Amino acid sequence: MSVATFTVPAVAHSAVDPTALEAKIAVRNLDFFYGDHRALKSINVLLYDRKVTAFIGPSGCGKSTLLRILNRMYDLYPNQRAAGEVLFDGEDILSPAQDLNLLRARIGMVFQKPTPFPMTIYENIAFGIRLYEKLPKSELDDRVQHALARAALWDEVKAKLNASGLSLSGGQQQRLCIARTVAVRPEVILFDEPCSALDPISTAKIEELINELKEDYTIAIVTHNMQQAARVSDFTAFMYLGELVEFGDTTKIFTSPNDRRTQDYITGRFG
Amino acid sequence: MNHALYSRRRQKNRLAVSLSVAATLFGLAWLVLILGVLLWKGFSGLSLAVFTQMTPPPGAAGGLLNPIVGSLIMTGLAVLIGTPLGILAGTYMAEYGRYDRLTSVVRFINDILLSAPSIVIGLFIYEVMVARMGHFSGFAGAIALSVIVVPVVVRTTEDMLTLVPDTLREAGASIGLPRAMMITKVAYRAARAGMVTGVLLAVARISGETAPLLFTALNNQFWSADLNTPMASLPVVIFQFALSPYQEWQQLAWTGALIITLAVLALSIVARALAAPRKSS
Repeated sequence: MSVATFTVPAVAHSAVDPTALEAKIAVRNLDFFYGDHRALKSINVLLYDRKVTAFIGPSGCGKSTLLRILNRMYDLYPNQRAAGEVLFDGEDILSPAQDLNLLRARIGMVFQKPTPFPMTIYENIAFGIRLYEKLPKSELDDRVQHALARAALWDEVKAKLNASGLSLSGGQQQRLCIARTVAVRPEVILFDEPCSALDPISTAKIEELINELKEDYTIAIVTHNMQQAARVSDFTAFMYLGELVEFGDTTKIFTSPNDRRTQDYITGRFG
Repeated sequence: MNHALYSRRRQKNRLAVSLSVAATLFGLAWLVLILGVLLWKGFSGLSLAVFTQMTPPPGAAGGLLNPIVGSLIMTGLAVLIGTPLGILAGTYMAEYGRYDRLTSVVRFINDILLSAPSIVIGLFIYEVMVARMGHFSGFAGAIALSVIVVPVVVRTTEDMLTLVPDTLREAGASIGLPRAMMITKVAYRAARAGMVTGVLLAVARISGETAPLLFTALNNQFWSADLNTPMASLPVVIFQFALSPYQEWQQLAWTGALIITLAVLALSIVARALAAPRKSS
């Protein structure tokens, strides 16, 4: 696939040389409005190919808003508007000509609360695959199994594929949602606080999963949990009051940030 | 602790509880009385003949076959006409046009229609159909009933779809599901039990309606499954027979009332069973 390369605007000095990486998504001068309220102010950030980028910041800083622009989820609601550029493999996804369904098939999303469809475990996965591919039954079975295995759920559900997706525990439901996302074969996966409704053991499993998934996917994760950001991400963006304060290598952001606000937030002085 | 205050509260509480229990019993007593008389008078007339014979002339024995069949035909047709309309409109309001001004206008009008006196609906259909066709007909009766079905189904469909969390819609969108498929495969599935309940409640509502049928399907002493002719129905026959001086007719009216009551009861039980939350569906 063709991937455009961008230089990083205003990036903190990092251990990894970012110019050697390819940007899968480049956000440029992005503004976002809820009605008249400007929720995001001139955001510039890059999501590197097959890296995990974490977005941290206090509640209401705009990190979820930013994530929901990347797959145009905000389009489902009225009076919400984005201005600027979001280049995905070099193409502006904010363009009105963008086919939203195709875009969302390429940029998957996992939500804060597990959202299995009201159907069987098997159908939850097969449903998304059938949308874009016509496969014989045996091949579909393989794809379903592969997706569930990728989400570390196969062993737990292989005996009850025809049970309702809603019968699983919260952590299992969230992994089912990850499997559903993976099954469609996206290039990017957006995680919107995927562990905030889960217990520590399920959280550890999801984090492990994110670590494995980044071999194949570009990942963005919004999290309230700074330890989580430090554990799973390669790059971290700190946002505050709708602005992107600092973006750079995760180790760098958590050990010697350039901005005092970043310093204050990661040391727990506010947030 | 202030004991005087505490015991005063307890007394007030006791008074409130006894008042509400008394009010409940008062309301319930009438219901029990009505049902009791209905069961007592209705059951004594229940026999095979009721379901196999036509309505009799005065002074003769007979059954309720033609009004039972007439009611089934007209109710069934009304549901067939009203349900798709109601579901489509409700879907528009909850999904496509949720934020449109048109939706609030439709919801307002629908609420008016929901509480419109059914006799007005009967007169309306009389004007637009019966008067123009020049005769009463089962078809006009079914249309009048469907006008009652539509607002009930619109309301429950909209309400039930609105209860489907937006996160589920977003989840659908997040795998690239087109809007129409999201609605039919995900939202309808999640709201199914409630939507079916709405249709059943609409059936329960129209199965006892008399006024709209008086002006449209009228009545028929004889067997008729032809929708272009006047058609008998249980509520109208009950109305006519109960007011008559003939003892056999009065008995049939009681029995007919019992049949409707039992049918509505059965529908309500099914509706409740469907609406009850289930762990796995």
